[in-house]
Amino acid sequence: MKNKIRLLTGPYLAWALAFIIIPLCMILYYGLTDRTGSFTLDNIMSIATDEHSKALILSVILGAISTVICLILGYPLAAILAHMKSRTGMILFIFILPMWMNFLLRTLAWQTLLEKTGVINTFLKMFGFNTINIINTYKAIILGMVYNFLPFMVLPLYNSLTKIDENVVNAARDLGANKIQTFLKITLPLSVPGIISGITMVFVPALTTFVISTILGGSKILLIGNVIEQQFTQSGNWQLGSGLSIVLMAFIVINMVVTAIFDKNGEGSML
Amino acid sequence: MSVKLIDLQNITKAYGDNTVIDDMSLYIRENEFLTLLGPSGCGKTTTLRIIGGFETPDKGRVMFNGVDITDLPPNKRQLNTVFQKYALFTHMNIEDNIAFGLKIKGKSDKYIRDKIEYALKLVNLQGFGKRMPDSLSGGQQQRIAIARAIVNEPKVLLLDEPLGALDLKLRQDMQYELIRLKNELGITFIYVTHDQEEALTMSDTIVVMNQGYIQQIGTPEDIYNEPENAFVADFIGDSNIIDGIMIQDELVSFLGAKFPCVDTGFGTNKPVDVVIRPEDVILTSPENGVIEGTVTHLIFKGVHYEMEVMAGGYEWLVHSTMMFPIGAKVGINVDPFNIQIMNKPESEDEEAVSVEE
Repeated sequence: MKNKIRLLTGPYLAWALAFIIIPLCMILYYGLTDRTGSFTLDNIMSIATDEHSKALILSVILGAISTVICLILGYPLAAILAHMKSRTGMILFIFILPMWMNFLLRTLAWQTLLEKTGVINTFLKMFGFNTINIINTYKAIILGMVYNFLPFMVLPLYNSLTKIDENVVNAARDLGANKIQTFLKITLPLSVPGIISGITMVFVPALTTFVISTILGGSKILLIGNVIEQQFTQSGNWQLGSGLSIVLMAFIVINMVVTAIFDKNGEGSML
Repeated sequence: MSVKLIDLQNITKAYGDNTVIDDMSLYIRENEFLTLLGPSGCGKTTTLRIIGGFETPDKGRVMFNGVDITDLPPNKRQLNTVFQKYALFTHMNIEDNIAFGLKIKGKSDKYIRDKIEYALKLVNLQGFGKRMPDSLSGGQQQRIAIARAIVNEPKVLLLDEPLGALDLKLRQDMQYELIRLKNELGITFIYVTHDQEEALTMSDTIVVMNQGYIQQIGTPEDIYNEPENAFVADFIGDSNIIDGIMIQDELVSFLGAKFPCVDTGFGTNKPVDVVIRPEDVILTSPENGVIEGTVTHLIFKGVHYEMEVMAGGYEWLVHSTMMFPIGAKVGINVDPFNIQIMNKPESEDEEAVSVEE
């Protein structure tokens, strides 16, 4: 019986081998060799060059800002949803609805909205307001990241907040804590697993994205994702692209290890 | 003992169309162990939550020591709650759990340390201070929840089915523990449970509730021996509830036989409910009984035998230390003072009290 059940994992194992393990090994191989196929650390060390380190630092900064904004926007929303006794499903549904649309389409839509002669500015002009010019700036990229990744912050927060027993909150109130004290001493600490998961779920895609920065940031702003993409699609330098990918992966793994340490209960972290 | 500490005045609470408590008035005296007893959905927990400040009544006032506290938030009330399933703060150790209320109130470190020590001793859990709640058993967690509440020296302790999640043996131990605590602390306990045995064991006063109405208020002995209606009789312990006719004072007829009883004032030839506790049914030889019947079921329960006897078209539940085998012909007798006569419900309001299983 046990063996039969084990057999059922076969298709997935084959899939994982073909599309996860082998590609990972290939990236490792390319990242650690030069064009002649001999071992080198140059690809990895090239992160230290001015251009690459700037791109990585910029990615980390923009990713971090987006994550913080998502947290600030997402926490109250998740808290309100968690406290609603009815219709939560409907509101969550409306909230998640945009996620059913293609990611690229959503981002292109923002481009159309934000362009100098785009929808928003046309309206602003019509009513005699100043136009806003944030397309092709960091602001537009952050806006795109927040818009696209906010649901990934809200859902784990919502999950961890709904898991808090209503009576635990009541108990704090009962013992004399006012609403603010109750939030700071009880609700917030108990939702830390959700916060950590949310941060991971937003920060990792924000760190690696190249689509958002390409569409909303124009060609001048290079994130680490764009640099890697260019190595593969334009320069044809798979070795360098792989090397930089390894550095980025190391970054993410560190992030997730930190997550795992905080998130003892396994609220949905990826590790 | 006679001071009204908490006075609920005409409390009504509804959720949507569902009226949970309907125009209920109840007072709780200082130093009383009062139990709200009833089946789930009877409004007992809602009543407790209104006293604790977690719910606001739609109508009516909550008075505490003569002061209206209806709109006071829970953190401003001089009472503490022990919640169902303990509701400990899982991210804090036991000490910090117990100290929570005292720290909020800004007590000195020494005061808090002394109180923690005192409370842990009181609930017999010395040395558990640094442990995390998850590492404790259910009974230990419950005692910590009690310790956490009582260090704040509340005038009243509210307990919401605190023993519900514990196994039988532990529950019995905790009942004695609670009585001891109550006597040591000298404060008022308001206790919510659906377990009639718990209520009978611990309470000074029992309030039996059903469908948002108070059915009866009284001492455990009153409630058990003199139930006021069929619901109370059925809910507290087992009962034989039989349709009868009150022929005249001190004489009732049911199942085709006449029984002398001690009740008066029901009028003549009036339909009534007759309640007889299973342990008050006397089995004897067929020729000595008022009604003759046959034993249909027999279970040995340890202290007594539980038998069912088919007699006069009714299946009697009988508890007796004397055993009659299945199929045996027996006679049934009941002492007059063990026959409890109750009016049948007339109005719709009274119908709400009728037995629902």
